[in-house]
Amino acid sequence: MTFRKYLVLAGVAVFAVTGDSLVSRGMKQIGGISLHNLPQIVLMVFRPEVALGVGFLLAFFACYMAALSWADLTYVLPTTSVSFILLTLVARFLLHENVSLTRWLGVLLISVGVGVVAQGPALTHHPKRREAAEPLTAASARLEP
Amino acid sequence: MTQLYTWGAVATIVSASTAGDVLLSRAMKQVGNVAELRRRVGLPAVVGRVLRNPSFLMGVSAMAAAFYAMLFGLSWADVSLVIPASTSLTFVTNAAAARIFLHERVDHRRWVAALLVAGGVVLLAV
Repeated sequence: MTFRKYLVLAGVAVFAVTGDSLVSRGMKQIGGISLHNLPQIVLMVFRPEVALGVGFLLAFFACYMAALSWADLTYVLPTTSVSFILLTLVARFLLHENVSLTRWLGVLLISVGVGVVAQGPALTHHPKRREAAEPLTAASARLEP
Repeated sequence: MTQLYTWGAVATIVSASTAGDVLLSRAMKQVGNVAELRRRVGLPAVVGRVLRNPSFLMGVSAMAAAFYAMLFGLSWADVSLVIPASTSLTFVTNAAAARIFLHERVDHRRWVAALLVAGGVVLLAV
């Protein structure tokens, strides 16, 4: 794992938290939306906070796709759950929300989970290598009498 | 009856998002390491390869289905039940699906991590 790959994983967590928070804040300002009022649903994307949030969520998706190109799904998902920890820290120290002992215990469990998976290899199986090996096997089988 | 609808929605969210994650992971493994590819063929070509990949398109469709199931679920039950239940279960089902469909080596370490994170997500929502 290179420093750049750790940055991509951090990007997944940070962009997801920022995007979700901005979209949530923007949507709360709009209030309840009726499914019968479709123009309102389209126009809400142009609100600055929602638009910025969608931008961050697109950045999250790009980082997530990049991470999945070089790491296992079972490596990427637990490591990027750091976003839950970040969200709790933001809630406690920036938004000054009251975080209960149970939620801190949840943060501890997630932290241990991330630590456990991060110690192992990022990639355990690559289908391309297997596919690349198959034609060779078939070719060698044809050569055999 | 509402409870049945709620758990039906949770089951749909879990299955659709697991299918989405597995398909997206498969698509990106087929495309290859994007950092290396970007250096070789440029960013537009990499984006083109991703967007043309059938697994990617199916994965995004599955994610959209999960999103709509979540909206339905939220209309029947509290967010404090639907989101933690579906998120935590998805960590576990993803580990099983990655082992079966992606042939990832899900060892004890990864099972423990998936269960710890799933448990942690539940506690955060309590």
